[in-house]
Amino acid sequence: MAKILKKEVLTPQIKLMVIDAPWVARKARPGQFVVLRINEQGERIPLTIADFDLQEETVTIIFQEVGKTTMVLGDLEEGDEILDFIGPLGKEIEEKYFGHVVCVGGGVGIAPTYPKARAFKEKGNRVTSIIGARSSNLLFWEEEMRRVSDELFVTTDDGTYGEKGFVTQVLERVLNKDKVDLVVAVGPVIMMKMTSLLTEKYSIPTLVSLNPIMVDGTGMCGCCRVTVGGKCKFTCVDGPVFDGHQVDFDELMARQRIYLEEEKRALDAWLMETEKEGAPYHVY
Amino acid sequence: MSTERPSRPKMPQRPPEERIKDFNEVPLGLSEEVAVAEARRCIQCKKPTCIEGCPVEIDIPGFIKLLSQGELDGAIAKIKEKNSLPAICGRVCPQEDQCESKCILGRRGQPVAIGYLERFLADYEREKGVKAPSLPPPRDKKVAVIGSGPAGLTCAGDLARMGYKVTIFEALHAPGGVLVYGIPEFRLPKAIVAQEVDYVQSLGVELKVSRVIGKTFTLDDLKDEGYQAFFIGTGAGLPYFLEVPGENLNGIYSANEFLTRSNLMKAYLFPRYDTPLKVGQSVAVIGGGNVAMDSARTALRLGAKEVCLVYRRTKKEMPARIEEVERAEEEGVNCIILTNPVRFLGNENGWVTGIECIQMELGEPDESGRRRPVPIPGSEFVIPIDTVVVAIGQGPNPLLLETIPDLQLNRRGYIAADAETGATSLAGVFAGGDIVTGAATVISAMGAGKRSAQAIDRFFTDSNSFPEWRQ
Ligand SMILES: Cc1cc2nc3c(=O)[nH]c(=O)nc-3n(C[C@H](O)[C@H](O)[C@H](O)COP(=O)(O)OP(=O)(O)OC[C@H]3O[C@@H](n4cnc5c(N)ncnc54)[C@H](O)[C@@H]3O)c2cc1C
Ligand SMILES: Cc1cc2nc3c(=O)[nH]c(=O)nc-3n(C[C@H](O)[C@H](O)[C@H](O)COP(=O)(O)OP(=O)(O)OC[C@H]3O[C@@H](n4cnc5c(N)ncnc54)[C@H](O)[C@@H]3O)c2cc1C
Ligand code: SF4
Ligand code: SF4
Ligand code: FES
Repeated sequence: MAKILKKEVLTPQIKLMVIDAPWVARKARPGQFVVLRINEQGERIPLTIADFDLQEETVTIIFQEVGKTTMVLGDLEEGDEILDFIGPLGKEIEEKYFGHVVCVGGGVGIAPTYPKARAFKEKGNRVTSIIGARSSNLLFWEEEMRRVSDELFVTTDDGTYGEKGFVTQVLERVLNKDKVDLVVAVGPVIMMKMTSLLTEKYSIPTLVSLNPIMVDGTGMCGCCRVTVGGKCKFTCVDGPVFDGHQVDFDELMARQRIYLEEEKRALDAWLMETEKEGAPYHVY
Repeated sequence: MSTERPSRPKMPQRPPEERIKDFNEVPLGLSEEVAVAEARRCIQCKKPTCIEGCPVEIDIPGFIKLLSQGELDGAIAKIKEKNSLPAICGRVCPQEDQCESKCILGRRGQPVAIGYLERFLADYEREKGVKAPSLPPPRDKKVAVIGSGPAGLTCAGDLARMGYKVTIFEALHAPGGVLVYGIPEFRLPKAIVAQEVDYVQSLGVELKVSRVIGKTFTLDDLKDEGYQAFFIGTGAGLPYFLEVPGENLNGIYSANEFLTRSNLMKAYLFPRYDTPLKVGQSVAVIGGGNVAMDSARTALRLGAKEVCLVYRRTKKEMPARIEEVERAEEEGVNCIILTNPVRFLGNENGWVTGIECIQMELGEPDESGRRRPVPIPGSEFVIPIDTVVVAIGQGPNPLLLETIPDLQLNRRGYIAADAETGATSLAGVFAGGDIVTGAATVISAMGAGKRSAQAIDRFFTDSNSFPEWRQ
């Protein structure tokens, strides 16, 4: 059992929760994630550790409501408990001095970008961050990101805030005028794919954090397998961070769609049951 | 009294057309009358060979004699001297290869149905309600058991009965290991596993689920918490894949994923339970062991129209229990033997549509003594299917092992441990079950847990034990 100590609504569909989970907080490192299960009937879902506090022994998660589990989670309040909160899982990213690191965060991927940017900053890197979302109402943590970056750029697809367009167009500009030693991209698969294609042209090492469907998160089921450099890897134990130039993104996108029909059925049933109306449903 | 000896009873079971519609248990168990009659068939050998076939050496003639006299309580107590999980073993032990294969009556006719009798007695006791035995005075030594499969549960239970403080750490959210995530409800009802776990807890064992050792805590963290001895029973949970082209297409599962979604996550109750499991019209299961049978029978129950098993040798070499192969066939599973997949075919949306296979023939025997399958050149053909379950075996999960670099492993990547005690290369660290032997059986994992519990007791009480650790 893990108690929700704090809940914040960052955008209408993106929520932040601070969880009382000493057993995770003590070991958490940037790049790692948790698997949680809300109740007895619940699914196990993975969420990145967006922040952790060793003093308070808490873990912060930030999630976008895209389906039943994330919506049920979003309905919980401070003081409520989550049945299982398992972690930290996955490998941490290598925290060291590279030189100039560009962190690219798309949509809810801004959350997992934050601890990475902070870790790179602490190691003395120059950190440039580029965050983007479809629209201004999906954007969050601009101030947090600014605090851990030497320079910050903001884009929205529809131009309602910051620069109009995709994060990749800003990235291209940065790559053209500056020497970059490492790019780290976290967000929708299509964004990580476009980013990797771009940096490949410039031969700049690129790390991406993959988000396939998972079950156990401990290397037991193989559901999270991805192809990296022609080899089969289990994201939950070998990743979630991989060399973006080696990842088969198209396969990952196909595998994320396995349960589209069932996910919609589960959501519709829940919406009927709870008589919620017009809750947003969109899948990236 | 009639001179004609009665014959071994058949296990009553639900008819195939009824049972494939749900996940309820298939065999129904013996009645008391039939069980007692069967017990009377045992000739109470002076040198009972059956005991040699039981990895935990149950006093088989002993419990059978009590049963034949109608002393059910005494009979189950006799079993429990050696086996704390009889309701489970009576169901899933491969008795035909173990105790029953050594029964003297089997030489001329039918061996005594030892497994059925064990199951009968365990069920009798379960229905009556099990009391926790009285415990010896507590000892101030703490033992950490990692993994709650049959090896871990047995080791923990036995240590608790000696008075030790035991905590089990389990990575998943439910205890039981393969008994809960692997073996389906229709073969081993989860309520039975839960009752056995409750019993172990009633002995004072503390159970911590959702704690992944190696990630949440390392072995050193646990040492800092005051644990002085460790038993690693983490099983063989890493799924193997065929490593042929197309294996990451949608609709291809490892048996672990398929069974975990269905058993642990209760996908068969979707959408009442949130976890989905997509099963198409036509399912191929690759493999010929218990895991393959369980996957095939689960697929039928989840609504598949056709289910076939693709196996590279013949039915004779299948490692699955004969009973389970028969039940699968009765339910409509079709065995395609001497066939091996070479690649998976898919459509433009990334879903599997077929398996290209090659026919095999049996050549010379290999190290396992089974004849090695050899491909017949030019015999490729396609099996059209829309779902595949790969059930070709499991290996050691490296997640914990990578965090204990000093722990010696064997050539195959399993923990190197003494067969008698489970002692590893690290002082105070014992291991047993599938993580030492590779995928084996419930009863052999239990046997290992038992022997390690004894060894851990010696480690604490006898300062001359394990000299290799004490320099
Ligand atoms: C390592 C990792 C870290 C992640 N971190 C975050 C995070 O910090 N914030 C966040 O909002 N999301 C994160 N995700 C994605 C998050 O797990 C899914 O959004 C969530 O599982 C959706 O569940 P649902 O029931 O609400 O939606 P569903 O209706 O189940 O699915 C909606 C969408 O989510 C995807 N999805 C479904 N089930 C899973 C699953 N078990 N694992 C992964 N994706 C799934 C589907 O492909 C679909 O596109 C992460 C995923 C991974 C693998
Ligand atoms: C589908 C299937 C059907 C089978 N059918 C039969 C049968 O009919 N008869 C039979 O005798 N045998 C059968 N077997 C084999 C039998 O189940 C196993 O041999 C037995 O369960 C092994 O027991 P174990 O305790 O070693 O490991 P497991 O049962 O595998 O348990 C290991 C436990 O350790 C946990 N764990 C792993 N890593 C960690 C970690 N780092 N931290 C904390 N916990 C961890 C796992 O989550 C798991 O719960 C079957 C196996 C399968 C998969
Ligand atoms: S535990 Fe298994 S092998 Fe031993 S007597 Fe019982 S059924 Fe036979
Ligand atoms: S070998 Fe068979 S007949 Fe002899 S004691 Fe054992 S069960 Fe009875
Ligand atoms: S989620 Fe099961 S192996 Fe990665």
